[in-house]
Formats: sequence, C-alpha cells, structure tokens
Amino acid sequence: MTTGQRSVLDSVKPLGYRGKKLSGEKSPASLVFLILIWAALAVSFIFLLVLIITTFVEGFAVMRPGLFTNYPSSSPRDAGARPAILGSVWVVAVTALLTIPLGVAAAIHLEEFADKHNKFNRMVELNVQNLAAVPSIIYGLLALAFLSMLGFQNKNVVIGGAMALGLLIMPVIIIATREAIRSVPQEIREGSMALGATKWQTVWRQVLPSAVPGIATGSILALSRALGEAAPLLVLGGLVFVSFDPDGIMSQFTTMPIQIFNWSSRPQAQFHELAAAASIVLLVLLVLMNALAIYIRNHYQKRW
Amino acid sequence: MTTVRETGGPAKAPGRPAPFTFAGKPRYGERVIRVLLALAAAVTIATTIGILLALIVPALGFFREIPVTDFLFGDRWAPRFAKASFGVVPLITATLWTTLIALVIAVPFGLGAAMLLSEYARPGLRKILKPVLEILAGIPTVVYGLFALTFVQGTVFRQWLGLGTGAFSVLAAGVVMGIMIVPTVASVSEDAMSAVPQAMRQGSAALGANRMQTTLRVVFPAALSGIIAAIVLGVSRAVGETMIVAMAAGSQARIVSGPLEQGQTMTGFIANAALGDSRVGSIQYDTLFAVGLLLFLITLLVNFVSIALVRRYRQAY
Amino acid sequence: MIKDTDTDVPVLKPEEEARLHEQHGVPVHVAPTQKRGKNNDRVTDAILTCEDVNVFYGDFRAVTGVDLDFARNQITALIGPSGCGKSTLIRVLNRMNDLIDGARVEGKVTFRGVDMYAKNVDAIEVRRRIGMVFQKPNPFPKSIYDNIAYGPRVIGMKVANMDDLVEEALTGAALWTEVKDKLKQSAFGLSGGQQQRLCIARTIAVKPDVILMDEPCSALDPIATTRIEDLMAELRRNYTIVIVTHNMQQAARVADRTAFFTALADEGTGDRTGVLVEYGTTTQIFESPRDQRTEDYISGRFG
Repeated sequence: MTTGQRSVLDSVKPLGYRGKKLSGEKSPASLVFLILIWAALAVSFIFLLVLIITTFVEGFAVMRPGLFTNYPSSSPRDAGARPAILGSVWVVAVTALLTIPLGVAAAIHLEEFADKHNKFNRMVELNVQNLAAVPSIIYGLLALAFLSMLGFQNKNVVIGGAMALGLLIMPVIIIATREAIRSVPQEIREGSMALGATKWQTVWRQVLPSAVPGIATGSILALSRALGEAAPLLVLGGLVFVSFDPDGIMSQFTTMPIQIFNWSSRPQAQFHELAAAASIVLLVLLVLMNALAIYIRNHYQKRW
Repeated sequence: MTTVRETGGPAKAPGRPAPFTFAGKPRYGERVIRVLLALAAAVTIATTIGILLALIVPALGFFREIPVTDFLFGDRWAPRFAKASFGVVPLITATLWTTLIALVIAVPFGLGAAMLLSEYARPGLRKILKPVLEILAGIPTVVYGLFALTFVQGTVFRQWLGLGTGAFSVLAAGVVMGIMIVPTVASVSEDAMSAVPQAMRQGSAALGANRMQTTLRVVFPAALSGIIAAIVLGVSRAVGETMIVAMAAGSQARIVSGPLEQGQTMTGFIANAALGDSRVGSIQYDTLFAVGLLLFLITLLVNFVSIALVRRYRQAY
Repeated sequence: MIKDTDTDVPVLKPEEEARLHEQHGVPVHVAPTQKRGKNNDRVTDAILTCEDVNVFYGDFRAVTGVDLDFARNQITALIGPSGCGKSTLIRVLNRMNDLIDGARVEGKVTFRGVDMYAKNVDAIEVRRRIGMVFQKPNPFPKSIYDNIAYGPRVIGMKVANMDDLVEEALTGAALWTEVKDKLKQSAFGLSGGQQQRLCIARTIAVKPDVILMDEPCSALDPIATTRIEDLMAELRRNYTIVIVTHNMQQAARVADRTAFFTALADEGTGDRTGVLVEYGTTTQIFESPRDQRTEDYISGRFG
C-alpha cells in the first residue's frame, strides 16, 4: 500500500514544527474529532435503545397468555402466536440437526485435512466467504426451486424451511468452527501424532473436544440468526394462515418473524401492537440464546 | 510386561522371524471419514451451483418471453397486470434509493465507531462497547421493519416532523437499514485498522502527530482497502436486505424520484410476489427468479470486490 | 543384552536384519560400511541412519547433506547455533515434518534398515516406533491418567490392565510417586517439569524404540532440568535417545555421542542452510574437536 505509506511522510509535519496553533491532543480539531466519533457510536446506541423501548411500550399492553396459547385470528383480541412459536422451534431444531454436523465436518476438512494448495479447497474457501454474503432471500429461491423440482405442491413445509435456513447459516457455522479449531494449539496435535495417533484420531479425540465451546458458541449464534430470519420462508409461501400445531418435518408451518410480518402488514393498529408483542418474545428468546453463547464462551473456552 | 504390542508388520514366515517393516494398517475407516468430510465441504460448492441453476433455469424461461433489454431498461414494472410489463428499472431505482440512504447513515457512523474502537478505546472499554454494537447486528430484520414502519415512518416522519409522506417511504426503510449495517461496516473496518502495524502509529507519533492526525492520515489511508471492503460489504447487505424494505418501503413498483416516496425494491418484489401462489412454470413464477438472478449477480460482484480488497490488506501486513 | 519391547520382531544385528530383509524380498537399505569423511565415523550399531538428507520448506533449503547414524541404546545430542537445522532434522527422524505444509525431505532416512520415507511406509507406524518429546511441555487437556492411556488406546495396543501400564509408564518417567494420588486430576495442574516428565511417560507408554527430544528442558528451571537429565540416563537402558539441545553443558553431561551443526550461507543467494560439521563421541567432540568451527563453538567463541 504505497500510497498509504507515502502519505505518512507527506502529511505529518517534521519534528520541531509547531505552527501557530496547538497541535497536541487538546487542540480544538482533536476534541471535535473525538466528539464526532463518540457521537457516531452514541447515535447507534440511542437508536438501539429507542427501538427496544418503543417495541416494549407498544407491545407490552397486549402481552397476555393468549399470545402464547391462541391460534391466529382475524380479531386482534383473540389472535395468538402459538403455531408460530412452535413452528419456529420446529424449523430451528431441524435446521440445527441438518446443518451443524455438515458445517462442522466441512470446517474440519478445510482446517485439518485440506491441502491448502489444492485448487478445489481454495475454491471452497472463496465460495464459503461469498455464500456468507449472499442475500438470505436467494436461499429462499433456491429452496423454492428445489422443492418444485421434487414435485412438492406445498412448499411451505418444515423441511423446506430448514433447508433454506440451514444453507443460509452453514457458512457462519463453518467460519466459527474453523476459528475454534484454529485456536487449539498445534502442540496438542503434534503431541498426539507423535504417539502414533492418526490424523482423524487426533482431530476426534484432541482437537474437537477442545474446540467444542467455540463451535457451540458459533452454532448458537448462527441458529439465533435462523430464528430471526423471515425472507427465505416468505418466498416458500410462509405467509399462510396456519391454525394448527406443526407436527413433523412435512408439516405446514409459520414462524415468529413471519407472524410479526403478517401482523405488521395489516392496517389496524391493534395488529401492530401484537406484532410488537411478538417482537418482544422474539427478542427475549434471542437474548437468552446469546446469553447462553456468551456463558459457554466464558466458562468452557480453554485458555492455552 | 503385561502388554503385547500389536505389530503392523507382515505375516510371519514360518520358522523364521519376520523382518521389520513400517507397513501400517490399511485404515479404511480413516479414508471413509476423510471422504465424508470432503463431501461436507463440497456441499458448499453444491449450494452455489444449486443457486445458479435454481436461478438461471427459470430465468431462461422468463427471457424466452421477455427480451433482456425490455427487462433491464423497461421503466414499467407490472408483472401481474392484464397488460403485463416487465421493466425492472423501477425496482432498481427503489433499491438504489434505499441502499444510498443506508450508506449515508452506515458509512460515517460505522467508520466513526471503528476509529473509536480501534484507535481510542482502551481494551476494557472496547470489551463493553463492541458487544453492544453487535446487538444491533443480531436484531431480527422484521423487528427493524416494524420499527421503521410504525415508529420511524408513522411517528417521527409523519406525526413529529409532519413530512408529506404516505404510510411508506424509502427514507424510513433506508435509515433503519443504515443503522442495521453500522456493525458490519464498523467491525470489518476496525479489523482493517487494527491490522495496521503499531510501528506506523509510533512513527507518526514520533514525528509529533497527535492521535487524530495519526488516525486520519496514517491509519486510515493504510487501512483503506479494508475500509472500502467494509463499505462494499455494507452495500451487499443493503442491496440484499428484504424484510425492512418489504415492510417499510412500500409495495408499489414505480420509479422513485425522492426519498419520501414509496417504492418496491428487487428484494421487496420477490418477497411480495411469493405471497401469491404463482404456479411453477408460469411467467409470474419465472419473474421471481429473473429478479433473483439479477440480485444475485449484483451481490456476487460486490462480494468479490470486498473479498479481494480484504485479501489485499491481509497480504500487506 | 538389547531389550526390545516388540515381541514379534526381535532386534537383530544390522547385517542380520539386512539379510533377513533380502530373504523376504523386502527392499532394504544396506548401510555402507566405509568411513564418511574425516569428521564423521560410521556408528557400528546404528538403529537410525541419515544419508545425504536435505530438508526443504518450500524453496528454502533448511538442512543440507546430512550423513548421520544414531547408535542403539545411546544418547545422541544434536548441538549448534540457532538456525543450524538441528530441530528440523530431529523432526525428520519420525516424519513429524509431514505435518508441516510445504516441508519436503530428500535423501535416505532408515530405521532398522528400512527407508522410512519409502512409498509403502506408514508414517503413523513410524511415529509409533519413534516417539517425540517437545520443547514446551504439551500435556493434553485431560487427566494425568488419560494422558498416559491415550497413546495405547489410539494405536490399538492390547493392554491387559491399563492401570498397570499407566503406573509402569509413570514410574519409568520418575513421576509415579508424585502423582499416584491425583491420577484423575488435570495434567494442567502439574508444574512445568512434571508436565515434561508426564510427556515422557506418555511417550514410553506406547513402547517406542527411539525417543526424540527437541530441547526438552528449554522451558524448565535448573532443578527440573536435572531431574529430566537423570531420567534420560535411566531411559538410555531401554531406549535410543536423540536430543536437540541449546545447552552445551547438557550435551556434555548426558550424551554418549554429539553431532555439531552450523548454518552456512549460500555464496550466491545468501540463504542460510544447516549442515553437519562434526560427529563423534561426546568426549572427542568436547575435548579434541577436529574442526575449527566446532572448537570455536565449544569454547564459546561463536554462537
């Protein structure tokens, strides 16, 4: 980065130059700059605070047991999110079962077995980076096309949603797992290999157990993203009126975010309040998942 | 000695001791596992190929009926009308507006936060500030969408500021999306700034520069490719974001000429159109994928620019 | 009498072993018997031999043209200044270099007459026979007991009673009395010296023929170092030991034979590469070095 380095010499005044103004940390320009960058962070935080407060204020009034136990209804007073809550649980659980083993296995391949000079592996690596930034709605289109190809009449099924969300979060799990595997010191691998353990034995018995907290943390964060995601499910036709509990991977379903979208797209203000109440439930769930992730990270992560 | 060692040597010749060799076990299990792991990695490739096929095949069906030029340059988007029209320009204008507004918010705030975290905050403070910033990235987009629709547009823009705007606007969607992207821009550019060697800062300080000068004239230019990568990644997020625009930007596909107008973005169209049950193979169904393909290609281009820039600064230090 | 832990493959004299290989049609490397230059005599009872070994990391040649034999049941020390390739070479001896991306070994390394870099050789099997103790103690994040039991378990050793084997290994590494009451506790709770002896115990639990030690005392205090050195003298009865050390006194104290390496700069490129300067009995190397460079190093004038 030659331009960057050249500018160092160009812009910094030579030693001994003091000019007529203060040039130290307390110069007016410095203070204004410091205030500005603090303001940048402060505005973001205030925004966050306002978002949380307004959501709570709006939704708190309609926080009632019926929200958790009732089925959707055209009357805001009776409407509840029971199928959506159960649907979210189903979809996220199936997503976890499908994706965590796959993502962890892919990460092990890339980190422990892959020849870094091999073209295929380099392509996989670049590909994972790109997939992590593909818009979520594209995964919905992928699942839609896939289910259509298989001849599904009704594409809004748990397994379809889990496929879309699973492929969506797989790069996140791969990246987090690689990070966790990389943090296991090389000496542990060498110690194991020097005893005559095979590569896989070393990975399975030494590296993975040490990496589990990192993998768990990353997976929980990835699943919390899946829990909050709506766009791919919308593409599958998730905005249907589901007035029954999902009961299997081929069951129709709706999820919390879809329910929030549904309620907020209605003109009546009472439905907006319900959407806010459901948002509170979703936020609380996410906070709990994040807290769990942080707890695991702080309590089980090995310090080498 | 209570143990007997299993030897990897060949079968013993009768009467004579077998020679020593290093021949090992075949370890079939190990080989099977390696193949399975590689297959798991191949799933990511299959995903990309799947995405391309899933988008291209129906999009080809679409382009057989609608010429590409009509799609790319047509200024009327009305795929469901009796007299259907498939000019994507209105969707693109809405996407451009929301993305630009989001960047106007996300870039200064994200970079400011990054400079504070990388150059000013002590480690203890950073440990508190960073997770709070990351909460912003963890909030579901529907919650942002609801907030944009009810509070930002409904309460702030219409009630408090009395702006002449309807129930939806690209401004409300863009502003909220901008805040949503702040953590992305902040964390990637903070990484880039932190990667600038300490020696460069010390060199600058030794020449009498204060912290602000060092940050703006030494660290910032040195981290520039990473910072641009952060912004580019922010663009990718903004172009691909669906729920906020679907909820707050509106659902009428018209050419957007001002921030207070409503408009439908590419993602907004896909989300809304999928609500109706388009038959597989119908032009309405194929339209989803044509727009999806355009969206994918735009974000693909943007992502590769970002990845290439990040690699550049990683190599530099 | 040479004691071998392998019940199936008895240890033979090198000539006998070579003859046996020939009878079985196993490709074998017959060690040449002639003298190898003025500063490097052949070892009569060699278990490990290096012949014209070159090690590359990518394009960089870390070690050049090393001819070196390691005598059975002796301690051989590799000494020399930093960058002389001694640590690289020791990792060649049990194919630990395989784990390093871009590392490549040319030349011939044999163990009991078998070329260990030949195609049909299983590197896992090599490492089982030739164990390694590292610079920094690297116990596994497991209990003391499981640290020892790990090796026998992964290589599928048939163990009648694991508790006995653990005790035997810990006793062999002079650690048993200190840890016998806390076998189920984490190995991370041990002191640095104890951890290093645990790593030695872990290595002898799989009953190797050779133990490679890469600066095993560099992270330890003098008392812990003395204990390891005493232990090495004990282990010498059953194992062949190769030790890389930075510490000349240590080599002089423990080693039967000593090899002195140095780094030579290529005249053209200026790249430094490790070469073997002189090899002989420790007494000879320290008391009457034949090469000026050895003498300079030993007397502290260099490195």
